[in-house]
Amino acid sequence: MSALLQQPGYEEERLQTVSKKLPCREVQAGMLLSLMGQPHQYSYPSIFIYGHQSSGKSHVLNVLLKELELPHATVSFVECVSVALLFEQVLLSFFGCDAASLLPRSPSLSDFVRIYRQQSSQSPAKQTRYIVMEKAELLRDSDANLLPALLRLQELVEDNVTVILLSEIVWDRFRPNTGCFEPLLLHFPDYSKGELQHILAQDRNPSYSDEFYSAYINILLGVFYSVCRDLRELRHLAALNFSKFCEPLAEGKVKETDTHKLWRNIEPHLKKAMQTVYLREVSSLQWEQMQQMEEKENGAVRGLSAHTHVELPYYSKFLLIAAYLASFNPARTDKRFFVKHHGKIKKTNFLKKNEKTSNHLLGPKPFPLDRLLAIFYSVVDSRVAPTASIFSQISSLVTLQLLTQVSHGDQIDAPKYKCAVSMDFICAISRTVNFEIIKYLYDFL
Amino acid sequence: MSKRKVNDAPLPVGTCISEVQDILRKRLCHQQLPDTPEGVQAQHKHLLELLKRTAIHGESNSVLIVGPRGSGKTMLLKCVLRDLLEEKEVERNLLQVHLNGLLQTDDRIALQEMTRQLHLENVVGDKVFGSFAENLSFLLEALKKGDRSSSRPVLFVLDEFDLFAHHKNQTLLYNLFDVSQSAQAPVAVVGVTCRLDVLELLEKRVKSRFSHRQIHLLSNPTFSQYLERVQTQLSLQDDFPDKTFAQDWNASVKTLCEDKSVEDALQRHYNSSKNFRSNHMLLMLCLSRVSVANPAIKPADLLEASKMCLIDAQANMLHGLSILELCLIIAMKHLNDVYEGEPFNLQMVHNEFKKFLQRKSNSMYNFEQPVIMKAFEHLQQLEMIRPVDSSSVKTQREYQLMRLMLDNTQVMEALQKYPQCPTDIKQWAMSAYG
Repeated sequence: MSALLQQPGYEEERLQTVSKKLPCREVQAGMLLSLMGQPHQYSYPSIFIYGHQSSGKSHVLNVLLKELELPHATVSFVECVSVALLFEQVLLSFFGCDAASLLPRSPSLSDFVRIYRQQSSQSPAKQTRYIVMEKAELLRDSDANLLPALLRLQELVEDNVTVILLSEIVWDRFRPNTGCFEPLLLHFPDYSKGELQHILAQDRNPSYSDEFYSAYINILLGVFYSVCRDLRELRHLAALNFSKFCEPLAEGKVKETDTHKLWRNIEPHLKKAMQTVYLREVSSLQWEQMQQMEEKENGAVRGLSAHTHVELPYYSKFLLIAAYLASFNPARTDKRFFVKHHGKIKKTNFLKKNEKTSNHLLGPKPFPLDRLLAIFYSVVDSRVAPTASIFSQISSLVTLQLLTQVSHGDQIDAPKYKCAVSMDFICAISRTVNFEIIKYLYDFL
Repeated sequence: MSKRKVNDAPLPVGTCISEVQDILRKRLCHQQLPDTPEGVQAQHKHLLELLKRTAIHGESNSVLIVGPRGSGKTMLLKCVLRDLLEEKEVERNLLQVHLNGLLQTDDRIALQEMTRQLHLENVVGDKVFGSFAENLSFLLEALKKGDRSSSRPVLFVLDEFDLFAHHKNQTLLYNLFDVSQSAQAPVAVVGVTCRLDVLELLEKRVKSRFSHRQIHLLSNPTFSQYLERVQTQLSLQDDFPDKTFAQDWNASVKTLCEDKSVEDALQRHYNSSKNFRSNHMLLMLCLSRVSVANPAIKPADLLEASKMCLIDAQANMLHGLSILELCLIIAMKHLNDVYEGEPFNLQMVHNEFKKFLQRKSNSMYNFEQPVIMKAFEHLQQLEMIRPVDSSSVKTQREYQLMRLMLDNTQVMEALQKYPQCPTDIKQWAMSAYG
């Protein structure tokens, strides 16, 4: 494997360590290295590397540049709230802090290039200098000149410098209107399932055998691979759930080799992790606490989803239900649902579903305040007076972002709202007040 | 590295290879100037004459060099300057100011940079100027020689000329052209741009002061010229230290260019773009494969490099999606087919996906809504789908209208290449309507 990394001008030993640190990325590292050439040789002015999250883009570059001790500046664009930070970082790592302090207070690109030129004429590059930009997609949001200028920086500063941009978005979405210097495109493919297995298996706990851990990884990938291929995420999940996997082993119920039983034990657990940990609904600490809780009070099924815990006043619940009904039912059907003696309405006429897609696909529609209150009075079981407390509850629902106000603020006499909660949420709410909301929804007739 | 051997003793292969890399990398990556600009001799002569008149006879001039990206505008200008400076008198007299629209983003910065490049910082000092024109004329005044009869000619090069036209009131351009019109001081203004409609960007008063002299670089080489260019780009010159190696290398380049498959690949490149830059990128990729073990560019190398250049990046990204994300993409594709490109939201996509799952009745891909939402958001992050109007913050995420930024053929192609793609999903994608 390590035979792939060969390039004159670098020490053999260093290349060996590099290739050891980059499992499953030998091809990409070799490609990059051959593009970089020997330290003193020119490299292509700008290289654009794209690939999915955690496909090893930054890792490969960092290892290469650090281990081979090439002059480089690594800047993540998330950190650069202003371009000044970017310039400072680059000057600092190439020429030391004296150069960085030469920058004026709010430097323009022109200042940066001038200082760079001035410095590089004092200490010309003996080796190619590399500027690595992570999260390059954010470059598009900053100054329009920055991206084209960086791409042709070699020409602008007349120094042996190469700009390497890393992003997970393809180059086609970057190109400015009037075009620019086209960088060399390089793709980092995603890890295959086998490679993921190989890399994840390296984090093995030393107290367990190799086979045991890779069996665990296998099960984990079986559950998560179809949803997530992000190495970092998988690694996080693997670390969190391993103790649970080992549990039956510690209790002495099964042997290490009995994979089937282990699988039976862990699978529902992992499925649950997918609904909580993967979605970041709970933090990893909470997850661990929950695991311990479960051991104590077995069987107590708790809703993990955060939104089932919302506590609302009694009338607010009905207001929310009324808002949901108003948002998802056509106004013409209100008579059928809420008027007691609504006379005869032809069923065929009523149920003509000429709207092909149901309201639950298109999303909530705005409704006026009057309609909300009318529905509210008919769904709530006791008589309520339209007091200020009801109206204030509506506005607090807006503050909680369960309702959104769609009309402009200046129309205070006829405000319009939209319901902003999901079906599951409203079903949970209506269950607490014994209201069967499904019966009142036009889509589910 | 570049030790010239007097005798023709063959150097070791490693040294030769690194020498070749040195020379060619300078040519391909550093835009080293060729001895003679090929294909643009007429333009070269024209521009050289023009600048000579300014530099020697003190005539003012303005000219625009217009041509698409990578067509050799800067190369032409640099060649002309190099040839111009060969004359002693010019070298002693001519002052150059290089401005770039990317760097000097407004006129104040541009003026500072001009002052700096003319080495007049200490002359200007802390003076306060009323207007831009006053400042500029002061600068030009300062350049007049001791005898006050003639002033030194100044050459202004404005790279990315179109960007200067966006400056407020186009003050810089107005003043430069104004100086070049009136006989204040001999200046030559050379603008370099890739926009053919650049004159439309200029204000009337600026336009009327411009000489309307344009040099177009719309080179359109035939395929045989293109091939020849590739060959000369790769060939070594006679001054290479090891004669026999150079001969072998040049011979191998020649056979490379005559290879049928290589010719086909180059034809494909020629059809998509004929400029120098894309050519350089291709050759650079070939060159990076040259090593001691592989001391010449083989047809296979070039084919591989050309494949890398022409590959569809979006398809590459589709390859790395998870099954769930791919399913969502297929559902979107079906929605696009049914509703003829109308935007969709997550609910619709999910519904479409659920319809597929019901037909299949296996619960392999039965995911909760939030998991699907996360996948959907990942697709948005990758900019494979894009919200129709970004301003609608108030709508819930699942009802925000989106558009698919992929082509049907891209989706289908990605599906073919997808590793271990389940057959039912493939069939679902093939089926005409959901």
